[in-house]
Amino acid sequence: MATLNLKINGRTHSVDVEEDTPLLWVLRDHLGLVGTKYSCGIAQCGACTVHLNGEAIFSCSMPVSSLASSDEVTTIEGLSEDGDHPVQKAWEEIDVAQCGYCQAGQIMNAAAFLDKNPSPSMEEIENAMNRNICRCGTYHKIREAVAKAAKI
Amino acid sequence: MGTLTKTNRRDFLKIAGTTAGGLFIGFNWLACDSPKMEVLTNEEILAQAKNFNAYLSISPSGDVVIYSPNPELGQNIKTSFPMVVAEELDADWKRVRVIQANLDTEKFDRQLTGGSGAMPHSWERLRKAGATARYLLVAAAAKEWGVPAAEITTDAGMIYHKGSGKEASYGDMATAASMLEAPEEVTFKDKKDFKIIGTPVKNVENAAIFTGKPLFGLDFYREGMMHAMIQRPPFGMKIKSVDDSATRAVAGISDVLTFDNSVAIIGNSTWPLMKAKKLLKVEYEADGLVESTSDHDRLFREMLDNGKAEERRRDGNVEMAFKNAAQVVAAEYQCPFLSHSPMEPMNFFAHVKENSAELIGPTQTPDRAASAAAEILGIPKENITVEITRLGGGFGRRLRADYVEEAVKVSKMINAPVKVTWSREDDITGGAYRPAVRYRFEAALDAEGNMVGYKLKGAGINAGNSTRQDNFPSGAVDNVLIESIDHKSPITTNPWRAPITNFLAYAEQSFLDEVAIAAKKDPVEFRLNLLEKAKANPVGGELGYDADRMIGVIKTAAEKSNWGKDPNVSQGFSVYFSHRTYVAQVADIVMENGSPVLKKITAATDCGMVINPTGANHQVRGGIVDGMGHAMYGNLTFEAGLPIQKNFDKYRLIRMKEVPQVDVHYVDSGFDPTGLGEPALPPTGGAVANAIYKATERRLRSQPFIEQKEFQDIKLEIRRA
Ligand code: FES
Ligand code: FES
Repeated sequence: MATLNLKINGRTHSVDVEEDTPLLWVLRDHLGLVGTKYSCGIAQCGACTVHLNGEAIFSCSMPVSSLASSDEVTTIEGLSEDGDHPVQKAWEEIDVAQCGYCQAGQIMNAAAFLDKNPSPSMEEIENAMNRNICRCGTYHKIREAVAKAAKI
Repeated sequence: MGTLTKTNRRDFLKIAGTTAGGLFIGFNWLACDSPKMEVLTNEEILAQAKNFNAYLSISPSGDVVIYSPNPELGQNIKTSFPMVVAEELDADWKRVRVIQANLDTEKFDRQLTGGSGAMPHSWERLRKAGATARYLLVAAAAKEWGVPAAEITTDAGMIYHKGSGKEASYGDMATAASMLEAPEEVTFKDKKDFKIIGTPVKNVENAAIFTGKPLFGLDFYREGMMHAMIQRPPFGMKIKSVDDSATRAVAGISDVLTFDNSVAIIGNSTWPLMKAKKLLKVEYEADGLVESTSDHDRLFREMLDNGKAEERRRDGNVEMAFKNAAQVVAAEYQCPFLSHSPMEPMNFFAHVKENSAELIGPTQTPDRAASAAAEILGIPKENITVEITRLGGGFGRRLRADYVEEAVKVSKMINAPVKVTWSREDDITGGAYRPAVRYRFEAALDAEGNMVGYKLKGAGINAGNSTRQDNFPSGAVDNVLIESIDHKSPITTNPWRAPITNFLAYAEQSFLDEVAIAAKKDPVEFRLNLLEKAKANPVGGELGYDADRMIGVIKTAAEKSNWGKDPNVSQGFSVYFSHRTYVAQVADIVMENGSPVLKKITAATDCGMVINPTGANHQVRGGIVDGMGHAMYGNLTFEAGLPIQKNFDKYRLIRMKEVPQVDVHYVDSGFDPTGLGEPALPPTGGAVANAIYKATERRLRSQPFIEQKEFQDIKLEIRRA
C-alpha cells in the first residue's frame, strides 16, 4: 500500500492503493472517474485512453506508482468544462456514437493527436486512430469527426 | 390515414408517481436555444409532469418526457422510439426528454433487444401513445375555448385555433388533458406530414457519452458495494480441487467462495480481484465431452457424410433432378466459433435482500434476468426490480442471464450488494458463442444452365437448425432438399448478431456465385431470373420472403455500384433477406501490385420507412464493418475445452484502417419500418469473397479469410476508393 498524490484534471488527489494498481482502476474504483473505460486491460483496444502530460496513453497498462507527482493526467471528464472541446463538438455534430462505450477513448486519442498535428491528412488520421477499437464499427464517422474537429 | 381500433390496455397504464425511470437524459446539450425558455432540471420536470400513458408525460413547463422501454446497446432505439412518439404527438423535439424505463411487465411487453424486432413490434403502439396524448391535449383546449376540436391544429408543442386566434402550449393544457379519459380510437398522421420521422435526429445520449458520464453497467457504483470476479470451468469439466491460499493473501480480498462449479473471489475493488484471480489454482476433471477444434473438424465430416440429418424442406423430386442434371456443382463452406466480445465486458449489480432483490446493469432481456433471479431466490418475480443501464454493445451475448445469475448468487452468499465484473479474458473464454457450422451445397443445372435442383445440408456444433429453409433460393427452384444436423457440445452457444444467417448468407451467396459462373451467367442476372420465377410461380406455395422487394434491392445495388461497367474493378455480389429486411451488397476490388485491394462496398437496403437516416446509416455501415471484420479475422479455436484466443491480442477485431468506403442506399418500398440492427451484416462476407474470386480466381470456402491457404501468398489490402 502506498499513498500517492496524483494530479488529475487540474486537481491533486491523494489515494491509498497498491503500487501496481493501473491508473485505470485508480480513476474508476478510487476516484469515481468512470468515463475512462475498461475493455481489454492489455493495451490493445484504447478504451482506457487518457492524457499523460498531453500524450495519449493506455491507462490500463500504466501502474499508478510510475507517475511522478508533477505528472498531469487528463481524463474525458476533464477534457473541457462543458463538453465543448472541438473534438467533442465534432463528435456531436457527426453523431459518432453507437453503443458509445469506446468513444471516450476515441475522443481522448483524437484530442491528443490533433494537439500535435492540427491539420492532418486522412491517412494520418487513420494511422493515429487505428489503435482504438470500436466493436460497433463507427470507424467511418470517427474518421469524419476527427477531420471535422481539425477545422473547428 | 390510419386508425387504430384495438386498445392495448398495457400501453395505457399510467405511470404512478415520479419514480418510473432510471437514467434521465436531457439532450439539449450546451444550452436551450431560446434564452427566454425556462430551463428546468430533470428532477423538476419529472416532479411536475402529468402522465398520459406508459410512454409519455408532459409537464406544465412544456417539457415532454418519453419513456423508452427497450435496452439501448447502440441500435439507437432510445432515440428512434421517442421520435415516433414525438411525431404523432406533434411535439417540439427540442423539449423532449428521454428516460430509460425500468423493467415493467405491466406496462410494456417485449421489453428486450434482439431479433431486430423492436420497431416492427412497437411501431403502432408508439404512434398510438403519441396520437392519444395529442388527441387529449386538443380535447382539453376545445373544452376550455368552447370551440370544436376539429377546428384545432397543433404544431411543435403548440395548439392553435385559427378562428378565434387562440393558442396555447402543450404545457398549458397538460394538466387538464391528463385528466380526460383516453379515446378508444385515434387517427394517425399521414406519413407525408411527418416532421421528425425521416429526419436525421442525433443520439439523445451524445452529451453524456462524449463527456464520460456514468451510463454503463460497469460504471455503476454504490456505497458499501462489494466487487466480485468469478473463475469458471473449461467446457465439459468440473472442479476437482481448489487452492485459494495465494488468492486470499492478496490485499483487498475478503473472501473466496466455491459455488456451482465456479469460484467467486470477493474484494473491495477491481484490481485486487484481477490479481487474485491469476493466483487461484483450480484443478479440473472431465465431466462429459472435453472438445478441441480438431474434434469439431472430425465431427463435421462425420455428420455431413454419415449423420442422420433432419429434413427441413423438400420440394419436387431432388434425386431425379440430380440424376438428370447436365452439370452438378458442389462445395462445402465452414465457419468457426466467434465470441460476441462487446466492448463493455459482462457485469451486473445485485442486491439481494430478505424477500426482494435489486438488479442493475446491462441486459438485452431484463425480464429473463428477473425470472432467473426469482427462481434462484425462490421469491415472487414482482419483488425483483431491474434497472437497465446503457449497454456497451450486446450482439446477442446479453440475451443470456448467466452473469446476472452469478451476481444474484454471490450477493445472496455474502449477504451484501455486489457488482460482478468479467475481465476481457472471462468474456472471451466464458462461453455462449456464435456456433461453428459446416455446410454442404449441391446444385443441379440443366443444359441451359438453369438451376433445377438445390441441396443444402448444414452441420452445426450447438447450432440448432443451421439452415433457413424457407429463405431464398427456396421457392425459386423446382427441386429442393434442405437438411440440418447438430452436435450437442458442452461449449455454450447463443444468438450472435443475425443468428445463423451471419454465416449461412456468406456460404450460400458464395455458392450461388459458383453456380452462376458454372452456368456461365452474370451473378446478378442469375439471381434476378430465379426471383422472377419465384414471383411468378413460387415453388412450395407461399414464400418466406417478398421476391419483389429482393429484386428491388438487387437492382438498386447493381445500379448504384455500376455493376459490371468498369473492367478494372472486380466486383462481388451478394443479397440476403433477414429479420424482415432486404439488403444487397457489391464489393469492389482493384488489383494493385498483385494484391487485391478492397476499395468499396455499396449497399442497397429495403427496411421499409427509414425512421432516422443517421441511425439507419450507423446500423448498415456498422453491420457491414462487423460482417467484414469477422469474415476476415474472427476465429475462436479450442484446446481441451478452452478457447486458445483469450483477449484482443489474439482474437482479432477489425480496426480503422481495415474498413473500406461504404456507400449506403435505401429502397423506398412504402412499407412500415422493419429492424436494421442485424440485416446488413449477413450479405457482406459473400460480397467480399465473390469479389476476391473475381479478382484472383481463388474461392474462399471458410472463414476467417486471412487464415486460409488461398491467402498465403497474396496480401489483401484495404484502401479507400
Ligand atoms: S482497456 Fe486499456 S487498451 Fe484496452
Ligand atoms: S460505439 Fe460501441 S464500441 Fe464504439
